[in-house]
Amino acid sequence: MTSTAPLIDIRNVVKHFGSVIALSGVSLTVGRGEVMCLLGDNGAGKSTLIKTLAGVHRPTSGEFLVDGQHVAFTSPRDALDAGIATVYQDLAMIPLMSVTRNFFMGREPRKGVWPLRFIDFDHCNEVTREEMHRIGIDVRDPNQAVGTLSGGERQCVAIARAVYFGAKVLILDEPTSALGVAQTSMVLKYIHQVRQKGLGVIFITHNVRHAYAVGDRFTVLNRGRTLGTFTKSEIQIDELQNLMAGGKELQSLSVELGGMV
Amino acid sequence: MTDVSHSTAPVAPVPPGPTATPTRDERLKDVSLLTKIMRRPELGALAGLVLVTIFFLWTADSSMFTLAGIMNILTPASQLGILAIAAALLMIGGEFDLSIGSMVAFAGLVFGSFLTLTGWPLLLAIAATFVVAALLGCLNGQLVIRTRLPSFIVTLAFLFILRGLSLVGLKWATGGSTQMRGIGDSAGEGIIRGIFSGNALEGPFRWLAAHDVIGKFPNGTPTVTGVPVSIIWFVLFAILATWILLRTRAGNWIFASGGDPNAARNSGVPVDRVKTGLFMLTACAAALVAILTVLDAGSTDSRRGFQKEFEAIIAAVIGGCLLTGGYGSAIGAFFGAIIFGMVSIGLTYTRFDSDWFQVFLGAMLLLAVLFNNFIRRKVTGER
Repeated sequence: MTSTAPLIDIRNVVKHFGSVIALSGVSLTVGRGEVMCLLGDNGAGKSTLIKTLAGVHRPTSGEFLVDGQHVAFTSPRDALDAGIATVYQDLAMIPLMSVTRNFFMGREPRKGVWPLRFIDFDHCNEVTREEMHRIGIDVRDPNQAVGTLSGGERQCVAIARAVYFGAKVLILDEPTSALGVAQTSMVLKYIHQVRQKGLGVIFITHNVRHAYAVGDRFTVLNRGRTLGTFTKSEIQIDELQNLMAGGKELQSLSVELGGMV
Repeated sequence: MTDVSHSTAPVAPVPPGPTATPTRDERLKDVSLLTKIMRRPELGALAGLVLVTIFFLWTADSSMFTLAGIMNILTPASQLGILAIAAALLMIGGEFDLSIGSMVAFAGLVFGSFLTLTGWPLLLAIAATFVVAALLGCLNGQLVIRTRLPSFIVTLAFLFILRGLSLVGLKWATGGSTQMRGIGDSAGEGIIRGIFSGNALEGPFRWLAAHDVIGKFPNGTPTVTGVPVSIIWFVLFAILATWILLRTRAGNWIFASGGDPNAARNSGVPVDRVKTGLFMLTACAAALVAILTVLDAGSTDSRRGFQKEFEAIIAAVIGGCLLTGGYGSAIGAFFGAIIFGMVSIGLTYTRFDSDWFQVFLGAMLLLAVLFNNFIRRKVTGER
């Protein structure tokens, strides 16, 4: 964390949808080689925040800096070009298309002379196989449909794609929420690997255990506000859980259930 | 900051370094050659074509499979096929166009009017017809995208609007008739006319006849003087569309737009532009068919292209396109159209009543859809 400016720095971001105040002053920073976990229960504003970061929504007010520069995204493409890649939970991949076609979707490398330019599929297949190999997924045939991959593998392909195309910041929208234990650990392992490459990661989840496993810092959102940002040394996992769920009630429920929540 | 091994962490510390060793998943079977072939969306159409060919070899008069008979089959197949290939691309892109058939009639009227009423030269009239068609296609596309209505509804509206406009326009242009004559004469002769009507490859056919490879009349002219140009257009369009779909960025974007527009958009694919482009393409394909058939007939009428939209969609579905988009092939639609031509013409070579055609049509559609669903489950590993 030696860089001067954080990769992403948002200050007092506010977003209104008509009369609904989705975000009322959220601040957050993400540095290089850091996993920032964004925690919050349903309706806390997590989705709105990431969609704002990803260029889908424009903030009503507030500052948004990337690498110390002010930015105003008008489309997801702008965010992508600025190095902010978002991996959505269910909208990452197209099941009927091959792994290669998905991997290069929107960024197909081409060769040949216009109008006879075509996608260099040999190169694409090779890159796909290599990148999949690197994250420990054995894709024997990059032409197989993504639908044949497991949920965890699909998330990993989506993350690998973002990394390959030079993302500086990865926004992962609940990448583990629909996954089993083994697949979750596969995704978390990969998040760790991505951090070691020096990328910033925003990891959205409502599973505190998953967050605590890989997170460096934790920002808790509630009702459109940040309740605070904590480093891993400052906070224990159960405190985090309580904070996220709004405190007391859950604690008493947790006691009732024998501390298993 | 690299310590992730917390007691609750379900994750093992990763050794630094870029590669983790992939292990072969023992639960995955090797992909058999059969499965690989099954993954081709056009398989069903090819199998269907083989079956239909066998059926007619068995039942039909032997003259069906002479060179002249094959040209007879391929001529209607090519006209339908040009529409079907465009419809297939649009379906893969996730939309329908029910206005193609009416667009053929309307483009025929526009083309005829440019030639006979304004007296434009052929090349200009053709270009102008394509421009009008492209604009209408663009309108279709923009309506679908902006209103977010299903394209089924929007283009159904245009099915009637364009058919009605063709009728009204024809009566207005001809002073009360629903047929416009004299287009062939206004078109004149020349290279452009040769590209859009008549036969191609006449030289090679004469040569073949002279060397007794193909049949000829006693005076030496071949019994089949050449290949109708619509067949050439059909084949070229099929090759081009297949290449675009399988090898170019545009093709990848078409699959992506139809497969999941949101995922595609999130990956930076300009979905709206792709879809609008596809609507323009189907409209232009309809205009091409209109120009080809109107020049051959020398006239146009309001029933031109009647119900062709359904036949085109059926041919595309037989060719392996999923109704839900994101999957299909252009070469499949090519085979689908040939199946159509073979059955519609072939029945006249048999002792069957040719009205069986419609029964066949429905049955084939049903079979194709069932087969496609089965294939899709195979491809995606759905259970």
